[in-house]
Amino acid sequence: MNTPSPFMTVFSYALPLLLSLGVLYGIRLMSHVKTAARGNRISALCMLLAIIYVFVRTDLAGSLVYIILGLAAGTLLSVWMTIKVKMIQMPQMVGMLNGLGGLASALAAILTLFSGQIQSPFSLLTSALALAVGAVTFSGSMVAAGKLQGLLPQKPKVYPGHKAVTMLILIAMVVCIAALPAAFGDRAWLTVLISVLGLLFGYFFAIRVGGADMPITISLLNSTSGVAAGIAGMALGDILLVSVGGIVGASGLLLTQIMCRSMNRSLGAVLFGKAAAPAPAKPEPVPPAAEESAAEPTPAQEPQKADPAEWLQEAGSVIIIPGYGMALSQAQEQVKTLSDRLEAKGARVRFAIHPVAGRMPGHMNVLLAEVDVPYDKLYEMDDINPDFAQTDLAIVIGANDVVNPAANTAEGTPIYGMPVLDAEKAKRLIICNFDTKPGYAGVPNPLYNGAPNIHLMLGDAKESLEKLLSNL
Amino acid sequence: MTGLEIILVVVFVVAALLGYKLIGAVPSLLHTPLMSGMNALSGITILGMIAVTAFSNSALARLVGMIGIIAATINVVAGFGVTDRMLHMFKGGAAVEEKEK
Repeated sequence: MNTPSPFMTVFSYALPLLLSLGVLYGIRLMSHVKTAARGNRISALCMLLAIIYVFVRTDLAGSLVYIILGLAAGTLLSVWMTIKVKMIQMPQMVGMLNGLGGLASALAAILTLFSGQIQSPFSLLTSALALAVGAVTFSGSMVAAGKLQGLLPQKPKVYPGHKAVTMLILIAMVVCIAALPAAFGDRAWLTVLISVLGLLFGYFFAIRVGGADMPITISLLNSTSGVAAGIAGMALGDILLVSVGGIVGASGLLLTQIMCRSMNRSLGAVLFGKAAAPAPAKPEPVPPAAEESAAEPTPAQEPQKADPAEWLQEAGSVIIIPGYGMALSQAQEQVKTLSDRLEAKGARVRFAIHPVAGRMPGHMNVLLAEVDVPYDKLYEMDDINPDFAQTDLAIVIGANDVVNPAANTAEGTPIYGMPVLDAEKAKRLIICNFDTKPGYAGVPNPLYNGAPNIHLMLGDAKESLEKLLSNL
Repeated sequence: MTGLEIILVVVFVVAALLGYKLIGAVPSLLHTPLMSGMNALSGITILGMIAVTAFSNSALARLVGMIGIIAATINVVAGFGVTDRMLHMFKGGAAVEEKEK
């Protein structure tokens, strides 16, 4: 292909453009639940066409075997993973996939830098950037996935001088990236150095993130994996890579912003410390002001004058609030049965989903969809909050911080100002939680103080639900 | 910067702005499949991976390329796969009643 025909030149620009538009159209279809599956398939088809085009366009020479083997092995592993993965594992699955995308971008950048084919300062700079962002994404995602899978301790791990070390690594990385196009120092050594620094930075950044900040971290790493691909595309002069990378980068950033807003956390606080430290703040006294002493759940506490069976029978309208506790005890089926039985006796049942319930954005919706809860019964926080006051009964299942009214009142605590579901405004409230300890945010929940219209069922959510179901 | 380099930067910015706008319209109901779908798209780096592997001459570079291709392929195929699986779980009230009959 010494002198490409004018047709091929036009085609080489038109095709990436068309495929990018196809991907954007696919994303647009994802804004409605009915068309979303089709949108995803259109995006996948565009990607397949792009891969075929690379095969046609590129002289694969002696590398063909390696490329085919790589594609085949990757596809086989993917099919196995797609079938095997459980819905509750989706956050770590997405985390791991992010990491693999970052790894691929970093390796593409390394091969480009070592091939000696590129010389312009622009390609050198973009290769170095793609390498750095890819390496950070890889190690950060693997640490995040390891934490979510329980292979690494879930608690934030902070080393002495953690912040200073992280900043030093970042500065050193920027210096190395700048040195590469300036032809200052040996290219091979700089490449190695950037890789190592990137991996270290990703590790230090992700290891100090705790459970509650995980959704934010996963969203952010999603964004960086897109950015890495986009910049790698700049280095290679591939328009499609650049446009799709840009789209993914923006989407991850938007989700990160949404998460931060829902948790009332600034991105800076998540990235560089100020972890959600347990706040010593006292709960707002709710009458009767029974001070909870991180209460050991004594069974004697449970039989109050309240009769939950009666509450369930009497309720004409019910809102169920699921949290990660439901997922942990695998109680989705019981939740669905509860909702079915309540509906069978004429009650109106809806589900209230807090934006950060679960371990990644939208996680709760997927878990409920899996057990055939219709999506039109799943309501977003802003849509359902005004309705709690007219609701007979709210049932909280394994959720704590997202219904903690202290978020509205307890100034100075990590959750102050975080929008919460107004469960306590319902006429009656049943809470099925494991214990009465403060949630991830470490702020005591005044709902546990024994108000007469609140019935507390402690222990495994599945067992509590079975108990409720036996009365229906 | 050459003409192509300027085009590349412009494409990146325009794509990011368009994506930002479209993704803002996706309801939080679908945020998990949205994220895994976007994730699959970030595997677009497979195009770059194939290209650089094709340019590679040494066995070592080709091996590194193969590892990268495996990683990117998993990113793409598993990403779209799980997204498809999840999206087919979402059913409306009528569809659920149909299924339970």
